[in-house]
Amino acid sequence: MAPDHDHTAHLLEQVNQALNERGALRIQGGNSKAALGRQVTGEILDTRPHRGIVSYDPTELVLTARAGTPLDEVEAALATHGQMLPFEPPHFGPSATIGGAIACGLSGPRRPWAGSARDYVLGTRVITGHGKLLRFGGEVMKNVAGYDVSRLLAGSFGCLGLLTEVSLKVLPKPRECASLKLQMDVDQALTQLMAWGQQPMPITAACHDGGFLYLRLEGGKGSVQSACDRLGGEALCSSYWAQLREHQLPFFHSATPLWRLSVPNHCPALNIAGKQLIDWGGAQRWLLSSAADDQVRGIVAAAGGHATLYGETDTPFHPLPAALLHYHQRLKQQLDPQRIFNPGRMYAEV
Amino acid sequence: MNILYDERVDGVLPKVDRGELLKQLRTALPDLEILHTTEQLKPYECDGLSAYRVVPMLVLLPEHLEQVQTILKLCHALQVPVVARGAGTGLSGGALPLEQGILLVMARFNRIIEINPEGRFARVQPGVRNLAISQAAAPYQLYYAPDPSSQIACSIGGNVAENAGGVHCLKYGLTVHNLLKVEILTADGEHLTLGSDALDAPGFDLLALFTGSEGMLGIVTEVTVKLLPKPQAARVLLASFDSVELAGRAVADIIAAGIIPGGLEMMDNLSLRAAEDFIHAGYPTDAAAMLLCELDGVEADVHEDCERVEQVLKRAGATRVRLARDEAERVRFWAGRKNAFPAVGRISPDYYCMDGTIPRRELPAVLRGIDELSTQFGLRVANVFHAGDGNMHPLILFDANQPGELERAEALGARILELCVAVGGSITGEHGVGREKINQMCAQFSSDEITLFHAVKAAFDPAGLLNPGKNIPTLHRCAEFGSMHIHQGKLPFPELERF
Repeated sequence: MAPDHDHTAHLLEQVNQALNERGALRIQGGNSKAALGRQVTGEILDTRPHRGIVSYDPTELVLTARAGTPLDEVEAALATHGQMLPFEPPHFGPSATIGGAIACGLSGPRRPWAGSARDYVLGTRVITGHGKLLRFGGEVMKNVAGYDVSRLLAGSFGCLGLLTEVSLKVLPKPRECASLKLQMDVDQALTQLMAWGQQPMPITAACHDGGFLYLRLEGGKGSVQSACDRLGGEALCSSYWAQLREHQLPFFHSATPLWRLSVPNHCPALNIAGKQLIDWGGAQRWLLSSAADDQVRGIVAAAGGHATLYGETDTPFHPLPAALLHYHQRLKQQLDPQRIFNPGRMYAEV
Repeated sequence: MNILYDERVDGVLPKVDRGELLKQLRTALPDLEILHTTEQLKPYECDGLSAYRVVPMLVLLPEHLEQVQTILKLCHALQVPVVARGAGTGLSGGALPLEQGILLVMARFNRIIEINPEGRFARVQPGVRNLAISQAAAPYQLYYAPDPSSQIACSIGGNVAENAGGVHCLKYGLTVHNLLKVEILTADGEHLTLGSDALDAPGFDLLALFTGSEGMLGIVTEVTVKLLPKPQAARVLLASFDSVELAGRAVADIIAAGIIPGGLEMMDNLSLRAAEDFIHAGYPTDAAAMLLCELDGVEADVHEDCERVEQVLKRAGATRVRLARDEAERVRFWAGRKNAFPAVGRISPDYYCMDGTIPRRELPAVLRGIDELSTQFGLRVANVFHAGDGNMHPLILFDANQPGELERAEALGARILELCVAVGGSITGEHGVGREKINQMCAQFSSDEITLFHAVKAAFDPAGLLNPGKNIPTLHRCAEFGSMHIHQGKLPFPELERF
């Protein structure tokens, strides 16, 4: 394990060099999420030497870590105190870093009930496109001073600046956890999830694979037990959720292009050629399909959602309406005028 | 240093020909209600921060979105500053008008467009009151979680602009955590959708950026909020303590026990006595501090959590712990807290409400610091505290009729906020910067950080017509402010113990 190290000075130097040489940087932590986003041409800026948990006070529910800190290390530190990152970030490999997790903004199965990666961002330190090290937000739960730059950076794939440190809200792990599977078809499952969504049920993950509905129940003993009694079904090993989060279920072992469809949670089953796995209680659907991009995106957009294509592609993310794209460009122009940070990682124009 | 707009340090505003603007507005929008006489304009001279008043040039009361779009396009073409206003309950002067600008009042957009129980969302116009959303969702056993104390009056558009909080933030989040989508019009009248009907949207998270941007980046025209199932049960514990420190430590102990209460509030003796005199909530008037801890969720869990929290509180040194016997008593316990501000208003001719956040562990030190400042400035301070999430609301008691007291209260308030920044906190947790805390922004952020904020603003509103002078100070203002205060490089309050 590499020692904790504040590598800020070196990172600043590398950014300023890129600014001087009018070059571009390809920001990289563990490179575990390379399958998401467009190819970037540029000199690699490795965040991993900048690592270590800077502060963690369990009773404050706040953890601050340098961007290159392995996600495993962050989660292990939290587990020592019975706490967790509530948004269950996907790792996609042991090399994943906390900086990469926030920059990509991905969230795991608990997302609809607990919130997303950006929801838990409290503050950041960032090296800007003007070569400055700045701090936004902080280590407090509520902070509305100035614009919320920290949450803007979450999920921006490094296109607006280099995250060097993040402060996150963390939560205690639930006291009880049970997982189960129920046999039902997709329409039945979606109808059922819609009904349960309107009731105070302790569901914190829900997935449907075509034949079975998989549920995770978390909370106190009483609520979990009574929900188990009410729902029945078969017990399920809790490792199922990590496999789902990490794309390790048999469903994902396929050479067919993988799509992530983000749709309203009450969206009915979508009729698209290929195989689907429903996650997030209906709000996220994994699709294996060779259908044309336009066709997939058209169907999903008509349902009120958007589609992301994994793997090598020139258009991984759903195209933006012209007016919105224009504001993305203006923001990029203002924050990274020389386009040194991951140019084109999200959209060719940004 | 006065906080009213000062062109010398806040930037020169465009000169607007009022008569010409009025003529063009009437021509373009014959149906638009325009207030322009002194008597008509006067009621709009301030928002919830009533110590500061400016009569706007004109007040516009549109009823159709097309009117708002036309107004913005016209103002953009004529270079007229635009200050948006919802219900006008904001406490930081975010809707404080400009003499040289129009006040765009969005209060008439008060229609609930859709309550969708299956999708668990509500789509509403910006002028809909916060509480009206939960009331409309109540038949489906759903509600909208953020509950600022002004929820009976404040509008959702203003909640988005301020990223409003409330007493249930620790568990349920701020406004930003409870939004799906907002429709906005930009400074030049262009329509944008931020967020989506799904849980996320492609591209940068402009919804997060926009939330809490205080009317600087665009005008909210429609809001889609998430609805949650109402908790099956909610119970409140009231714990008395002999010292504020002990109460503070008890809060940390509850969290350490792995429990996230729905609400966790602290009041000091002065504020709890004021609330008790006003509401007769049954508060322990002899306690140095009290905690209100609400546990909500599924019945069986709430029961278990109540027992655990009660033990934790007793171990932490609570002199008495009471569980609200029934729903009526629970509501009464909360009524005292929710009316703490007006209650304090009864024991003092005026009060000034602060809104700093701190890491909770700094609470004893900060309260000691406030106590010292209170003595130094000769003004009483009552403390009300969202203890769960570190958001303090010190209330400074003063009498505006006594010469110099308002200025002293402001100076004391400024020092309290700087104290919050010094211990790693923020000058505002939920009320916003507005005009009120424009100088303290210079204490919390460096000039490079402020420059970046201006860059964000420039991406959306390069001409600077939306809410000029709010939220982000000019570097010029900070230079003048900085010359009066020692900050950056040298910590204020060096006498403070830090741990």
